[in-house]
Amino acid sequence: MARVPVQFTLNGQDRAEFVESGVTLLHALRHTMGDTSPKAGCQQGTCGACTVIVDGELRLSCLTLAETCEGASIETAAGLANEGLLHPLQRAIVDGFAAQCGFCTPGMIMAAKTLLDHTPNPTRDDVVEAISGNICRCTGYEPIIQAVLTAAQSNSQKAG
Amino acid sequence: MVLKRGRGVAAINYPTGMNLGGDPSQALVHSTPTGSFMVTLSSVDLGQGLRQVMSQICAETIGVPTEAVTIDTADTDTGPHCMGTFASRGTHRIGNAIVQAAREARDVMLEVAAEELEVDAGDLDTDGTGNIHVKGAPQKSISVFDTALAAHFKHGRSISGRGMFLVPRSFPETETGAMKPATCYAHACVVADVEVDDETGEVTVLSVKNVYDVGRALNPKMVEQQLVGGSWMGISHALYETTEPYYPDRENGGTDFNQYLMPGPGNLADTETIVIERPAADGPYGAKGVGEMCANPQIPAVANAIFDAVGVRVDTMPITPERVLRALKAQSQEALAG
Repeated sequence: MARVPVQFTLNGQDRAEFVESGVTLLHALRHTMGDTSPKAGCQQGTCGACTVIVDGELRLSCLTLAETCEGASIETAAGLANEGLLHPLQRAIVDGFAAQCGFCTPGMIMAAKTLLDHTPNPTRDDVVEAISGNICRCTGYEPIIQAVLTAAQSNSQKAG
Repeated sequence: MVLKRGRGVAAINYPTGMNLGGDPSQALVHSTPTGSFMVTLSSVDLGQGLRQVMSQICAETIGVPTEAVTIDTADTDTGPHCMGTFASRGTHRIGNAIVQAAREARDVMLEVAAEELEVDAGDLDTDGTGNIHVKGAPQKSISVFDTALAAHFKHGRSISGRGMFLVPRSFPETETGAMKPATCYAHACVVADVEVDDETGEVTVLSVKNVYDVGRALNPKMVEQQLVGGSWMGISHALYETTEPYYPDRENGGTDFNQYLMPGPGNLADTETIVIERPAADGPYGAKGVGEMCANPQIPAVANAIFDAVGVRVDTMPITPERVLRALKAQSQEALAG
């Protein structure tokens, strides 16, 4: 199949790669860019495990064609830690025992990050709404909801 | 439309392990030259936290910090045999194997330390932070590090141990049918409060109060994590999950997990979870299997609560709105006929 060039920013770094025409962003990230933090779950846009942020907006990378991301700025869970220091959301998930098998966690974190980027002090209902596109099999969701609220609190303390 | 409330209670006994051709797990423990300990297993950690808990069990038994233990899992080509991590058996079966292996390794470690300190091995104890000392005389001590070095380079000994835990296969007695299909039963009790919509058949679980006897919670936060997730999953089993949700036949069934229903973060029942610790005599440090049992008692509790609310017994899972409505219809027809 014909290969096409795509250029975008991945977690702040310029990336230029050739991908097969028509591949999903998920496939390009995992198999061409070597970023396996977005997970291939249902690959039908239902489970949210592949969730990434494209130009500030939440996107399901399994339903996004890589070629449509030309020039975009893409964020994944792999880019959140800063020089070994975990992002407040990651910290809260670890401290709050909000991950078990971990498969949903990167997508869940990106959904939560988009929420906190737009709504720094969310209500519980805001958090529930924000992660409702992400399926978790292990935790029963409550620890995740609590972790997002904890991260929001630690963010606002830092800002204060 | 009337929303009717009901309360249901259920209690369960849940087994650890299973009874096919016997239920074995084995473990090998050895120290590196610098006094770290490696546990070799064929058991799998797929997120349930096996590595963490097995590290704790090994460290506790040998008498070293948890960080000094590495768990090497999941190579069935090279590791000692394990039946697998299912049937809530991991902590109990593999943990027991590790206790045995770690005891043997600890004995060798203390023998080497005894030679180095010129004392009797029976007089030695560990402090849990990486040192071995004479009981009652903590100043007479040697580090685990130096003991391992001495074992490797002076004594030519391997600080290692073998652990073999087997629950033998149980056959039913011909006269009575009695048998022992599993061991080490965990117990749970749940009170569920529900609301049933008698027009749509929809059931909402308002709250669940869970009490679990887990033997001993070797890692309390991880036990809590399992119990909270399990409680949610029990409600999911009771009301939602099926591969064939549609009538009338398989042709109308779901084709993939997109059509497999589970409650989401917006459908959570108010959940309370209490842990009771009654150490099991045959468990590693008293632990029982808590993996699966925590997702079971909610199911009969919810079914009982529905009966309390609207007087119908739905005995097929999941208790979907269709099943509730059919039961309500049958109930009203019986009343008319009665």
